[in-house]
Amino acid sequence: MGAQLRVYKRRIRSVTATKKITKAMEMIAASRVVKAQRKVAASTPYATELTRAVTAVGTGSNTKHPLTTQAETVTRSAVLLLTSDRGLAGAFNSNAIKAAEQLTARLEAEGRQVDTYIVGRRGVAHYNFRERKIADQWTGFTDEPAYADAKKVAGPLIEAIEKDTADGGVDELHIVYTEFVSMMTQQALDAQLLPLRLEEVAEEKPKGEILPLYDFEPSAEDVLDALLPRYVESRIYNALLQSAASKHAATRRAMKSATDNAGELINTLSRLANAARQAEITQEISEIVGGSAALSDATAGSDK
Amino acid sequence: MVTRGATLAAELHVALVAADREVWSGRATLVVARTTSGDIGVMPGHQPLLGVLESGPVTIRTSEGGTVVVAVHGGFISFADNKLSLLAEVAELAEEIDVQLAERELERAKAEGDAAAERRADVRLRTVSAR
Repeated sequence: MGAQLRVYKRRIRSVTATKKITKAMEMIAASRVVKAQRKVAASTPYATELTRAVTAVGTGSNTKHPLTTQAETVTRSAVLLLTSDRGLAGAFNSNAIKAAEQLTARLEAEGRQVDTYIVGRRGVAHYNFRERKIADQWTGFTDEPAYADAKKVAGPLIEAIEKDTADGGVDELHIVYTEFVSMMTQQALDAQLLPLRLEEVAEEKPKGEILPLYDFEPSAEDVLDALLPRYVESRIYNALLQSAASKHAATRRAMKSATDNAGELINTLSRLANAARQAEITQEISEIVGGSAALSDATAGSDK
Repeated sequence: MVTRGATLAAELHVALVAADREVWSGRATLVVARTTSGDIGVMPGHQPLLGVLESGPVTIRTSEGGTVVVAVHGGFISFADNKLSLLAEVAELAEEIDVQLAERELERAKAEGDAAAERRADVRLRTVSAR
């Protein structure tokens, strides 16, 4: 076998192996998307009931709470960025990071200091590499976030917002995550989580539903006190789940195009290998024909 | 019309949801839970209520005459239009609780002075004994 042909054969073998791996990763990601979607659906009843309750207290009483009142002058904002621990997901992480950077730039243009909180090793690595300050970071659960993880993330954030700005607290909390629209579409977006705008929460509930006048136990303030942190946790949990589902969907798509590309590459390489083999055979034939012609010429010459 | 109203009012719809799943839902005649200001029993036709729950067992008397006991670790109770929602971060049906595991955890928590874990294990054991 000629050198050229051997090189092609080797490359085909290696690309075939890569294709098998990416195909497997594609199928794993596809099954994980379904699982993640199921988790999003399972967490919905709790989120809806909680939203209802928050709306009920918000509209049923005139209670003021640090988590619902907008500071007059906002000097410091917190941005929570949700990325994934692992890459191989196309533009998933860079889109989320880009959205966070745009938000940070916008807030800084308004004269605010921005504290960045990051979930996921990719985001942490990005910020560390550029030597930017990270207020707090969490890693290790982005593939399958549990409610306890959302609590872990929400704790320091709620603490920061309850603290006075002068003591290093923040006035508002924004979250950047990737919304899972469908299998094909995921969108990085930012949303203001705190202070909570009760009017916006009220708009989320189905229209035409009249909320009854609740009896609060022990009091509206206490209920709101207990309710708001849970609400924030449940929002963060939902964002974590959506990011996880989006990440798996992005991985699936990236691995699918990798598999397709590998298939194409294999086709091209086999054609080249065939051509090389054919050229080799042609050359061998012409060598034999040439050789025999030279031989017969020589014997014909000696006859004379 | 009156009788229909009466039979309807004799039961309430209960949805017990944890943060990551719906634990139990169905019809019931009485739900007893502990709020921060004391035990509360909700029967059909109760006035709209929104309260903060203490960690502890919640007892649901179902329409079929059975009793469902659930360990609820903090959360809320809300009642309106004959619909009762129990929201809990973590909730476990009494059947799901592993008694030996809970006892072991209680001992370990006591030894280590972990108050939160001790309370969790204690709630679990109380729930099982209330069944």
